[in-house]
Amino acid sequence: MSSVEILMPALSPTMEEGTLAKWHVKAGDTVKAGDVIAEIETDKATMEVEAVDEGVVGAILVPAGTENVKVNTPIARLGDEGASFDTPAPQAAQDDAKRGGVDSPAESKTVRHPEQGAPAPVSKDATPVQLQDPEIPAGTKMVRITVRDALRDAMAEEMRRDETVFLMGEEVAQYQGAYKVSRELLQEFGDRRVIDTPITEHGFAGLGVGAAMAGLKPIVEFMTWNFGMQAIDQIINSAAKTLYMSGGQIKSSIVFRGPNGAASRVGAQHSQDYSAWYAQVPGLKVVAPYDAADAKGLLKAAIRDPNPVVFLEHEMMYGTEFDIPDVEDWVVPIGKAKVRREGKDVTITAHSRMVGLALKAAEELAAEGIEAEVIDLRTLRPLDHETILTSVRKTNRLVSAEEGWGPMGVGAEIVARVVEHAFDYLDAPPLRVHQEDVPLPYAANLEALSLPGPDKIVRAVKAVCYR
Amino acid sequence: MARARKAETSSGEAGDTGVKTNLKGASKAQLLKYYRDMLLIRRFEERAGQLYGMGLIGGFCHLYIGQEAIAVGMDAIRKSGDQIITGYRDHGHMLAAGMDPGEVMAELTGRAGDSSKGKGGSMHMFSTAAGFYGGHGIVGAQVSLGTGLALADKYKGNGNVSFTYFGDGAANQGQVYESFNMAQLWDLPVVYVVENNQYAMGTSIERSSSETRLHKRGVSFNIPGEEVDGMDVEAVAEAGARAAEHARSGKGPYILEMKTYRYRGHSMSDPAKYRTKEEVDEVKKTRDPIEHLRERLASMAVGEDELKVIDAEVKSIVAASAEFARTSPEPDPSELYTDVYLETAQ
Repeated sequence: MSSVEILMPALSPTMEEGTLAKWHVKAGDTVKAGDVIAEIETDKATMEVEAVDEGVVGAILVPAGTENVKVNTPIARLGDEGASFDTPAPQAAQDDAKRGGVDSPAESKTVRHPEQGAPAPVSKDATPVQLQDPEIPAGTKMVRITVRDALRDAMAEEMRRDETVFLMGEEVAQYQGAYKVSRELLQEFGDRRVIDTPITEHGFAGLGVGAAMAGLKPIVEFMTWNFGMQAIDQIINSAAKTLYMSGGQIKSSIVFRGPNGAASRVGAQHSQDYSAWYAQVPGLKVVAPYDAADAKGLLKAAIRDPNPVVFLEHEMMYGTEFDIPDVEDWVVPIGKAKVRREGKDVTITAHSRMVGLALKAAEELAAEGIEAEVIDLRTLRPLDHETILTSVRKTNRLVSAEEGWGPMGVGAEIVARVVEHAFDYLDAPPLRVHQEDVPLPYAANLEALSLPGPDKIVRAVKAVCYR
Repeated sequence: MARARKAETSSGEAGDTGVKTNLKGASKAQLLKYYRDMLLIRRFEERAGQLYGMGLIGGFCHLYIGQEAIAVGMDAIRKSGDQIITGYRDHGHMLAAGMDPGEVMAELTGRAGDSSKGKGGSMHMFSTAAGFYGGHGIVGAQVSLGTGLALADKYKGNGNVSFTYFGDGAANQGQVYESFNMAQLWDLPVVYVVENNQYAMGTSIERSSSETRLHKRGVSFNIPGEEVDGMDVEAVAEAGARAAEHARSGKGPYILEMKTYRYRGHSMSDPAKYRTKEEVDEVKKTRDPIEHLRERLASMAVGEDELKVIDAEVKSIVAASAEFARTSPEPDPSELYTDVYLETAQ
């Protein structure tokens, strides 16, 4: 016959003490599991305490009416032959741990993420993998295609390659895509793999994540990322976090894609850049290509990636033509920025459509004797800060350019990392170019005033060059 | 996924087929297994409540006491490969699915001994081995996810069914109806099990719902539904078999509204002042699923001695699980940065 101490319970995550308001039992009473034995009060609530073990109440240790009883203070003693809550021997504890089959880190199939911004001591040894664009063999033919067709070809090739890849979204099948990005996919793959959904972003994004958890590789198209905001809970809470919460058991290999940012004269609700929103979330990869070769190569990489990928396209770029290598399987690795133009005087970072505007600004600056280096970020998470730091250590000046809002934005993150890791190399405070801090206006003149363009980049570069 | 519109639902009026006759066909061995499994959940949850009170379980902790017949009855008709997904009141479902009680308790205490390595906690637990896809903390999100599991089942043509559980609170979330629509539109093999315990945290169903008969919530989507006595494990299993057969045979989704009751507060910090003690006591006295089954077993001449053996077994399993959960080490600090991303095959 051993006895069990009944302890003052915590009634909430934050409770530290409470009042033992009332006893429903007295010494000598027999209780069984589930019986209410006492009432506890805090400043927020009164709660009943139920017995978990059965037995005879041996002694009341804290009388009714006692205030400020600390959590875990013994309040009564219960005699019970079946009591199992005596302190275990240390040896037993060890045995139990072994029996639990604790995963050793070495056996884990997952990798530590190279993302910066984590507490330094932990992330120190997480060296980013240096990835390279695939070699283009000498003499490779280049073909000229639009970004739209490059994205289409990427999906078609991956659907041919992997039976578990399918596309779902609004108007992707019979209508051939609201922006014709999925043109002719229905004809080739049929309605099992090219699925028209109702207008129901929250729901079909959730279905996509569920299908991914069951081992399929969905491509979920949002007609625009503005509508994807209806589904942001499923993207972040379900797709991005579940691998972690499940200790690596539940995978979500899924691509969310669609046009992001401002189109033209469509007003504030249809013109938002979500780069910074998604790039903040661990568990997601975030890709935002500029030209056709990257659109194709990165989308193929995104579809093959075992993690959820947010793929930000740009409506204004869909019809733009670029040269793309005519090779069998063009895949561009996620996580590697690209120097689009070399220069010695200033570093300009940009992604998506802003890369073209930065290159235009660089042309104008060259005419005035300033050689700008333009870095196309391509992937926002994980961010290839090594390429940025290497450039800034050479040019000693930095301007970031993005289409979205400035506060807490992509540029804010880049500037913070450069200041943290290359402060001594800077010859001027870095500057950020971004959309004005207003919802995007409809009126043509106001819209032009709000969006960043080459002129604003040129002005910022001159400022950091003290020209 | 497009398809021709199918003919009118053949079996019963969509959305309101009423309570079916309970044939009470279970064998004595089956009933004893129900008894053991339900008792395990109850004793486990009581112990979880105790560990919470001792500060060993942190954050939120939602107990399943009172609702045991649903998880146990439904599990009895589940076939290999079928999936289960639910909200945050998930401990009972995990035990019913056959997961090790020690592992489940270790996840509650945030210890390394669980398959989720202590990273999910009470509301976010998973076991792909047991076909259990969580354990989700956002009310209603699991309904879209569970419908997606069914989409994958149909895509693969594997003959499996997704059992998607949610409560009367989640029944008012928009994405539930987005999912209903697509499930019926595409004939997805999903059984929606509504655990109607009458209270969405502190708001009674009468105060939250314009239509309180939740089995009728599929009417405008042509999804059949029926009300089931969720305190009667045999009635649960029988209705579950009917619903699963409907979904498995390609007829699309089915809604089961399980009328049930939770004995404890919404979570541990809920004093449950929105209902009277008399109301709770009345349910415990007249509708308790375990007591109900004890009476049924007694009518089959199962003696107290036989049940006492089960009681003792359950008690020792729960004690061992608590011991394991208390003594398992916390996750290694190196686990902080694992499982954020899967490695990309190059």
